[in-house]
Amino acid sequence: MAAPATEMTKSNVLVGTITRPPRSLWKDAWWQFRRHRLAMIALGTLLLLVAFTLIGPLLYHTPIDTIDFTQALKGPSAAHPFGTDDLGRDILARAMFGGRVSIAVGITAVLLAITLGTSIGALAGFFGRLDNPLMRFTDLFLSLPILPLLLVIIYLFRDSLRAAFGPELGIFLMIVGVIGVLTWMPVARLVRASFLSLKQKEFVEAARSIGARDRRIIVKHILPNVLSPVLVAATIGVGGAILTESTLSFLGLGFPPDVPTWGRILFDARNYLDIAPHWAIFPGLCIFLTVLSINFIGDGLTDALNPRKTS
Amino acid sequence: MRWRTTLAVSFSAVILASACAQPGTTGTSSAPSPSAAGSAAAFKRGDGGELKILYWQAPTILNPHQATGTKDSDSSRLAVEPLASWGPDAKPIANALAKEIPTVANGGVSADFTTVTWKLKDGLKWSDGSAVTADDVAFTFSLIKDPASAATTEDNTEGVKSVVAKDASTVVLTYDAPNPNFYQWGVGTCCGILQKKQFADFTGAKLKDAPGNLKPIGTGPYQVDTFKPGDVVTYTINPNFRDPNKPFFKTVNFKGGGDAESSARAAFQTGDVDYAWNLQVTAGVLKPMIDSSTKGKMLTVYGSSVERILINFSDPNAPGDQRGEPTTKHPFFNGADGLTVRKALALATDRKTVAQQFYGNGLSGKPGCNIITGIPEFESTATQSFCDSFDVTAAAKMLDDAGWKLGADGVRAKGGVKLNILYQTTVNAVRQNTQALMKTNWEKAGFKVELKSVPAGTFFTNTSPDGANHFWSDIEMFTNNSDPDPTSYLNGWTTKQIAQKSNNWQTGNYNRYSNAEFDGIIDQLRKETDPAKRATLVKKANDILILDVVIIPIVTRTQVTSGISSTLKGVVPTGWDSEMYAIQDWYK
Amino acid sequence: MGRYIARRLLIAIPTIIVISFVVYAILALAPTDPLSQFGADPRVPPEVRARIREALGLNDPWPIRYVKWVSALARGDFGTSFMSHSSVMDLIGQRLPNTLAVVGVAYVIGVILAVPIGMISAVRRYSFFDHFATTFAFVGFSVPTFFTGLLLIIVFSINLRWFPFIYDSTLQIHDVNSFIDQVKQSIMPITVLALFDTATIARYTRAEMLEHLPLDYVRTARSKGLREQVVVLRHVLRNSLIPVVTLVALGVPAVFGGAIVTEQIFRVPGIGELLVRSIGDGDTPVVAAILLIFAVLVVLFNLIADVLYAVLDPRIKYT
Repeated sequence: MAAPATEMTKSNVLVGTITRPPRSLWKDAWWQFRRHRLAMIALGTLLLLVAFTLIGPLLYHTPIDTIDFTQALKGPSAAHPFGTDDLGRDILARAMFGGRVSIAVGITAVLLAITLGTSIGALAGFFGRLDNPLMRFTDLFLSLPILPLLLVIIYLFRDSLRAAFGPELGIFLMIVGVIGVLTWMPVARLVRASFLSLKQKEFVEAARSIGARDRRIIVKHILPNVLSPVLVAATIGVGGAILTESTLSFLGLGFPPDVPTWGRILFDARNYLDIAPHWAIFPGLCIFLTVLSINFIGDGLTDALNPRKTS
Repeated sequence: MRWRTTLAVSFSAVILASACAQPGTTGTSSAPSPSAAGSAAAFKRGDGGELKILYWQAPTILNPHQATGTKDSDSSRLAVEPLASWGPDAKPIANALAKEIPTVANGGVSADFTTVTWKLKDGLKWSDGSAVTADDVAFTFSLIKDPASAATTEDNTEGVKSVVAKDASTVVLTYDAPNPNFYQWGVGTCCGILQKKQFADFTGAKLKDAPGNLKPIGTGPYQVDTFKPGDVVTYTINPNFRDPNKPFFKTVNFKGGGDAESSARAAFQTGDVDYAWNLQVTAGVLKPMIDSSTKGKMLTVYGSSVERILINFSDPNAPGDQRGEPTTKHPFFNGADGLTVRKALALATDRKTVAQQFYGNGLSGKPGCNIITGIPEFESTATQSFCDSFDVTAAAKMLDDAGWKLGADGVRAKGGVKLNILYQTTVNAVRQNTQALMKTNWEKAGFKVELKSVPAGTFFTNTSPDGANHFWSDIEMFTNNSDPDPTSYLNGWTTKQIAQKSNNWQTGNYNRYSNAEFDGIIDQLRKETDPAKRATLVKKANDILILDVVIIPIVTRTQVTSGISSTLKGVVPTGWDSEMYAIQDWYK
Repeated sequence: MGRYIARRLLIAIPTIIVISFVVYAILALAPTDPLSQFGADPRVPPEVRARIREALGLNDPWPIRYVKWVSALARGDFGTSFMSHSSVMDLIGQRLPNTLAVVGVAYVIGVILAVPIGMISAVRRYSFFDHFATTFAFVGFSVPTFFTGLLLIIVFSINLRWFPFIYDSTLQIHDVNSFIDQVKQSIMPITVLALFDTATIARYTRAEMLEHLPLDYVRTARSKGLREQVVVLRHVLRNSLIPVVTLVALGVPAVFGGAIVTEQIFRVPGIGELLVRSIGDGDTPVVAAILLIFAVLVVLFNLIADVLYAVLDPRIKYT
């Protein structure tokens, strides 16, 4: 006798649906994300890099500022896995230490920029009467000259920040603030453009017809659909923030010269490219891997949060 | 009041003395003479092609009296010349408008040092063909002296009563009072002679609108062809140049921009340029480039440039309006045992390693012991042993013995005062490396060092709180240099020159140093006529500054640090005038 | 739409005035100084510096200087540089061709390359092409331009001796040879810049197309029997262009004032280099003039972008 086929009876179907517990949007997204292989690898890499900078110094005890001219510009070796710089300082230790600052600045500044940009863009795109003033405000910020603005901000705020938070945290807050406040504009323009387009779609009309209020429509309905440009901006922004921080340092407007952020190490190494390329390759690789993994995580997130991709 | 007025016998008297001792010379340079005395010509005019010069700061104006930096005074020098130039041994040479250098011996300088008579060379013509006369010289002087012109070279006219044309080719310069520094006006970058005709309608406040600022008519070997401010100047031969056999190169391309490292590459690695100016590049990058180069070689000469650390005698952390004011005292540099702390800092300063590692020990600098340097008569030897000693352990012991005990955080403290130092300088790879090295050593001695680097544009201004003038840090570091006569330079450490809020931090004594003995020496120096006595005074002033640890010299830097093409010949650098002072002699 | 444009143009005027005021205030407050060039040189004593400051008009309080500047602008006078005493317009005029020849060309190349690259990456997602393009893009914006520039110089100028690395702005193009020379001297800075521009725009194009490809209307189009090429090009691409338009509109003013590092490394005498140097020198008339032009371009191009949105997506209405 053949095995009885599972009959598609009404009760079967019902049981099938009931035994699966209800899932929230985020759990669903996480489950979807996990299926994206590249994103998972990227997540792993990013976590590894973060661990590298946070825990690394606890395991690798070579100090970051021991000057030893006899060891200068030596390539990777057992004693110095990443090699040494022109003062004989160990590059691995410096990359670990500075990486904390670079990653922290990169992620925090971008979060600030995205938050500001998305809020302003959403409000401008959704509310017609706010569009003009907010976009002119954006135009103002786009026209601001970064360098003199930085000089003024530093002139006005550095000492009080330094007094309130101590030299390191004070400068960190200032740099994150400056980068965040000067890079939100493209995000705002992009989000607004998406909102202008999506606002006219049927699902918004539908939501309104069942009585959804503006805030709910913005946050729960439209915003999840504008994620893709925002995520791209975020991934590009992290690399940009890390590099902007290095530009600030070499202009003398950022962290003190002895804080070895990745961008700063790259900058110090630039004239030794033909003599000691290892000096630039390692921090460059660190930045590259960070930015690349954030990108693939972003890819995974876009897929995960895209309602049309659920299987 | 002014620094170079009144009865002051400068090194010029020293020249006099040495001139008298030497057989029948006029005190001109004894170095391979670049003067156009019809020397056996190795070339003829126009034999060469294009001369490519690269500066990493681009010229922005070609009138030397509106120059805002070396780039402008150098680029204008190809066309606009002074009466004479400062040669390599800090003595004037007659390679420009003057026929010979006036001295007391040849009657050019009056016995009481009040009058100097300059005779112009015969048959001098401007590049537009008209004749050069003494009127042009007199006109240039009055143009500069006029306060409405806001000329940047005005300082050298202080104390000059008049400059008059006695006849078509003779100029008489008269000082207010006997001035042994009688070459004060007329020699060097301060005193390029402009054509009266070109600037006659643009005197006073109109000077800045003069088209001659961008295309001056001059007597130099070249004339300006095109000028794009901030970018490039192109020159062609001045057909009316006085020596028919010079210059060698048909055209000159004077380009600016970029940075020193890539300029070095252009000179040594690609041979794209013939003259790359001021290669302030760390030895670790420069030396390999030079050693492996087939296209270029290094051209250096020492002058008076010293990279030094200044110590703040006021309190940079005093609250409110009192910050950095001379009425406050620095907690440990100017405390009861301030000299001990300062000496300890100096003892823990490793200038030899800095000179070796970053300046290539002779490549672009050597360990610096004196603040007045470059002229043998003024070089003090009393500071040598102080300079040679570097001992971190001894420094630590010095502090410990004085009661500065090591705290749990590794910083020495006494009576609640910690040895916390904020150390500022400009953004520059060599300086940042120097800072890193100093920090390591000083922290071993028990100081705590925080580093700060400031962009040059905000460092060298009296309006910036990060600036050298405000000096709101404990120590700062930069380079400065002096004229052959150091009186005005030394004046920068007198009490009257203390920079403070009331004078908008404009004066030169950034250290807030006040020493009556030092002030007295400078007063004497202004009046002293005897050369030997002057030398003693200068050395004494130097010794006070060094031994009292007001400044810590680190490296005596080369004044000229340029990369030139291996095929470029005839270049004799001087540490006291523009690098372009004798460009008519260059050839390939 | 016509009314909207007219209204926007009207609002542009007070916007630009406000922007110019804020910008001028920032410049005045920034602690830069045209006299900083003299360093600590004792040969330029305080009295001389004071006189120079007076001659440059710096002793007036900045609101008065602002008013003077605006009234001069109204007469068409953009001021004179503190450093070279030459007309600001002349300076900008000398530099504009160089900026357009290098930064402008790089931007055009960037856009032209980026859209197809982004498109193909989206259509063939995770293919070799996509991975290669992604990695390439990420090299483009995770490595600073001073680095890529220097790397290219070392490889192509110093080792291979193919290209000069000092830009000669006196080069005139009048025949094939000089054109080739111009290409040789600008190809490296153009590559550095185009790399960055291409990378950014390609990423956005790809992301937006990925959003649109799975949508219903695409399925409909395909099921109507349209060729894939037509579907992608005529339908999907057009709808995906909105963020690209946004970015391009933001990027054009940046062509005018950006590329600072690249211009410095290759010694291209462009407007970016002029801007940065003038800021460091405290040369306010030059900076203020450039920033004003920049602000006008920003406002103008954002307006153009907004108009283009309405063209690309007819559902967009402006109240």
